[in-house]
Amino acid sequence: MMKRLITSREALLVGAIALLLALISSRFPAFIAPANLVNVFNDTSPLILLAIGQMIVILTKCIDLSVAANLALTGMVVSMINVAVPGLPILFILVIAVGLGTLLGMVNGILVWKLAIPPIVVTLGTMTIFRGMIFLISDGKWVNSHEMSPAFKAFPRTELLGLPVLSWIAITAVILFTVVMTRTTLGRAFYAAGGNPHAATYAGINVGKTQFWAFTISGALAGLAGYLWVSRFAVAYVDIAGGFELDVVAACVIGGVSIMGGIGTVVGALLGALFLGIIKNALPVVDISPFWQLAISGGAIIVAVALNAQANRKKGRIILKQAEQAT
Amino acid sequence: MKRRTFTKLTAGLSLAASLFGTSALAQDNMRIALVVKALGIGFFEAAAEGAQEAADELGGVEVIYTGPTDTTAEGQIEVINALIAQNVDAIAVSANDTDALVPALKRAMQRGITVISWDSGVAEEGRQMHLNPSSNALIGNMIIKLAADHLPEGGDVAVLSATTTSTNQNIWIEEMTKVMGDYPGINVVSTVYGDDLADKSYREAQGLMQSFPDLDAIIAPTSVGIVAAAQAVADAGKIGEVNVTGLGLPSEMAGAIESGASQSFAIWNPIDLGYSATMIAHALASGAATAEPGAEISIGRVGTITLDDTNAAAMADPFVYDASNIEQFKSIF
Repeated sequence: MMKRLITSREALLVGAIALLLALISSRFPAFIAPANLVNVFNDTSPLILLAIGQMIVILTKCIDLSVAANLALTGMVVSMINVAVPGLPILFILVIAVGLGTLLGMVNGILVWKLAIPPIVVTLGTMTIFRGMIFLISDGKWVNSHEMSPAFKAFPRTELLGLPVLSWIAITAVILFTVVMTRTTLGRAFYAAGGNPHAATYAGINVGKTQFWAFTISGALAGLAGYLWVSRFAVAYVDIAGGFELDVVAACVIGGVSIMGGIGTVVGALLGALFLGIIKNALPVVDISPFWQLAISGGAIIVAVALNAQANRKKGRIILKQAEQAT
Repeated sequence: MKRRTFTKLTAGLSLAASLFGTSALAQDNMRIALVVKALGIGFFEAAAEGAQEAADELGGVEVIYTGPTDTTAEGQIEVINALIAQNVDAIAVSANDTDALVPALKRAMQRGITVISWDSGVAEEGRQMHLNPSSNALIGNMIIKLAADHLPEGGDVAVLSATTTSTNQNIWIEEMTKVMGDYPGINVVSTVYGDDLADKSYREAQGLMQSFPDLDAIIAPTSVGIVAAAQAVADAGKIGEVNVTGLGLPSEMAGAIESGASQSFAIWNPIDLGYSATMIAHALASGAATAEPGAEISIGRVGTITLDDTNAAAMADPFVYDASNIEQFKSIF
């Protein structure tokens, strides 16, 4: 059973990624050079972080549209803190980023849990509120690279064993959440709450509370990604990561996470994010008219989702052998 | 009935005011009001500095630097009404709204006050002339010149624009293409679009460096793109090989100039803009020039402007910022 799942979904995606890389290398061979693939993985790391959080939220039959706004707000706050107190160690910056992100995620969680407002409405609202708050605290001004301290900008770029810290954070998150999702009570509760909420309730799982924790985790990861984002691009302003929430949801859906809840894995989210990341990084070098790029990104998403839907479709039981042969 | 008396009254008043205005001119300093979008903005403080410079050069001119505390049209209307009451000689305004200020400015013109707009214009009937910081043709030429100046032996350059549908950028790139003949040896190898998103612009810049290993310069006529491209060049370790240039703001580009990822870039100079606006206001108010299509007005050290059919004019080439002046301007805007 377990084996069949792996052969169907994740393996299919790995195959699709390999095919994609082969196609790209036929037009631009340097793309699959190891150094470039490391770059692509590094560039995709924020998307991987957010996709893991989003996957957990989607597992519980919810959706978090505020992740990109959360990322932008946290990024702006930590960069403003960095400008005000340049000497603050990066460890504190990380704690503040994760802490603030968690808090923002909890706001979503509380509204969904205690007030039972549909998650898409809640996060659509908080998305706008977070963006508005960035404008309020920054006055619409940018925080620029020369205002940020060198240590603040250097952290995600620092190389450890040949990989930048940014990539290591994504790898750590993948391992950590694979363990959480498969080996802890909370992890299994996410699947139960989304797979069959009624059964989960009878089994003693508080569905609302589980959803609250899903939003909290998603917020924490968005906050962490917020710091990494502003320090990597060395700029913070109101519109950073505009529209990124859609990429995150797309990465999850491509990765085989069922939008109906209950189905999905961390590895799936990782592969979905990588698939999108490769497309985003390849389009600039394969010399395709920019007018076609959006259409190609969109087409790839639809194809991947269609394949997934085929793979996920429950096979009906054949009742009439003759009728089945007739069609 | 009532209205007619009122009209008569205002007509009479404005006549009196203009008479008074001309007679006052003979004895007192000429008073030119520089009305900005809002007080406390670095860009406009710098423009006021330029206006003062023009006043000192002209002599006998008093500059009144004023504006609302927030960027609203209502605030500017109040300020303009107050200036009318003070009977200043000229108003030079950077408008918060194209149309909302027109009635107030019309009233000012009826009182014989010279009204011009600069930077951000008002509708034609609300001003005598408008001063644009630059023109599309000048900008198009400047962005390629910036790249060419650092490539005496020619080289490959690429353009990193905003979105495929950004009107301004498309016009500038078109104007740039027209003058490519003036820069022999410079090849534009590609035009890519970063959609004014930091992450996409960064990836596009990375892509350019991969696709064209011999790339010498990236021209980004957009403030998001130029910052992202500079960061991508720095991260790729190609500082000194690939020069990032285009249009950006000194405060946002200071880091890139410091690191050497960008040799120079351009944008309007607010000091020159305030200076020129004051010069024009003085020329019109003193009668040395008239605002009509085709008229040429001297703007001191910045040069001469020529009014077009809508009585608008372009000041000059965008101003070039590099290591020599970035320190001065990065705190301004």
